Amino acid sequence: MSVSVALEVNGRAVSLELDPRTLLVELLRRELRLTGTHVGCDTSQCGACVVHVDGRAVKSCTMLAVQAAGAKVTTIEGLAQGDQLHPVQAAFRNCHGLQCGYCTPGMIMTTVDLLRRNPNPTEHEIREGLEGNICRCTGYQNIVRAVAEAAVALREAPAASASA
Amino acid sequence: MYAFNYVRAGSVSEAVQAVPGGNFLAGGMTLLPSLKLRLARPDQLVDLAGIPGLAGIEEVGGRIVIGAMTRHIDVASSALVRAKIPALADLAGGIGDPLVRNRGTIGGSIANNDPSADYPAAVVGFDATIITDRREIPAAAFFTGLFSTALQPGELVLRVSFPIVHRAAYVKFPSPASRYAMVGVMVVQAGKDVRVVVTGAGPCVFRLPAFEQALAANFSAAALEGLTVPADGLNQDLHGTAEYRAHLVPVMAGRAVAQAQGR
Ligand code: FES
Ligand code: FES
Repeated sequence: MSVSVALEVNGRAVSLELDPRTLLVELLRRELRLTGTHVGCDTSQCGACVVHVDGRAVKSCTMLAVQAAGAKVTTIEGLAQGDQLHPVQAAFRNCHGLQCGYCTPGMIMTTVDLLRRNPNPTEHEIREGLEGNICRCTGYQNIVRAVAEAAVALREAPAASASA
Repeated sequence: MYAFNYVRAGSVSEAVQAVPGGNFLAGGMTLLPSLKLRLARPDQLVDLAGIPGLAGIEEVGGRIVIGAMTRHIDVASSALVRAKIPALADLAGGIGDPLVRNRGTIGGSIANNDPSADYPAAVVGFDATIITDRREIPAAAFFTGLFSTALQPGELVLRVSFPIVHRAAYVKFPSPASRYAMVGVMVVQAGKDVRVVVTGAGPCVFRLPAFEQALAANFSAAALEGLTVPADGLNQDLHGTAEYRAHLVPVMAGRAVAQAQGR
């Protein structure tokens, strides 16, 4: 069986014929070659595959592509405006919130959703908000710092978050 | 995954007609991982996401009614649930992680009845009513065993209706890896009635009558002193032994009582 799936990815209309078993992450990486979204575990534990579906951060390894039919999907590639990094991306760079970078796209996508819901999180709320994202390198300290710095930047320039 | 046909149902009757030989697909937070592990081989998946009216939270006749497709995040962040049944908002806000809460649904969670899921503790604790496409099922009769419920093949949960209860709290000891409850205890005081419900510890959610009697006489953590739970029949896995879980039950119950007292 194949199904037709039409959706919007990073503002671009996409329409494909797919096996219904195709995961959303497979659609993104294999069909659209958007390889910024990573697969760390493939068992819904690590959060490396997080993208936004209609503005909500989800694990794209645990969602069928057909479930995103009609939705607006945003991946890490869709955050920057041209050469200008999204404030969350900029904060991860400034604070050295990454080492190997494998977890980073997922961390950033989760953070954008977290700060949209809670623009002024405490350190505890940041750590809880990142509970679904695992990093094997950094020890999290600089990631938490980056999220806090991004929160300040977004509160000062709220327009940047509206686009994501 | 084994191959399946995908059906996007537009109505409840369409979904129920299409499901024989297959599975309903709600948020997919449990179903998709088990399909990836080839633990199930449904002929078709019947996606419920396109059915109008299955998601949402309303106050109806002094009860809070939650549509089966309502995501955990929406229960956790609902001002109505927070005001009327704060312990239910807390419980929903602690399920899995934020990414799971953005997809997982109350209907999917209770229909699946995972032994360490959180929602069954609330459904039994508040004595909720489960409304399906064909009848109403009281919470006490709904959860029948490990991954089993009173639902007939093809029966679809539409809504869960909760009485309004302030004095309640849910405290769990989550597995540090999966965030599933190793032991979760819901304590509810509704009038003279006290319910103490345990999830995560056994094959299915269960009540603790001895704890309930002690708390009905004296609603304080001190009333639980000396009460224990036998390890016999409790879950034993890489997260913890049965004895460890038995030890955690009164500890979580005491914390839940202390939290509920503040309400
Ligand atoms: S790859 Fe999706 S959660 Fe790890
Ligand atoms: S930076 Fe390497 S996994 Fe997070």
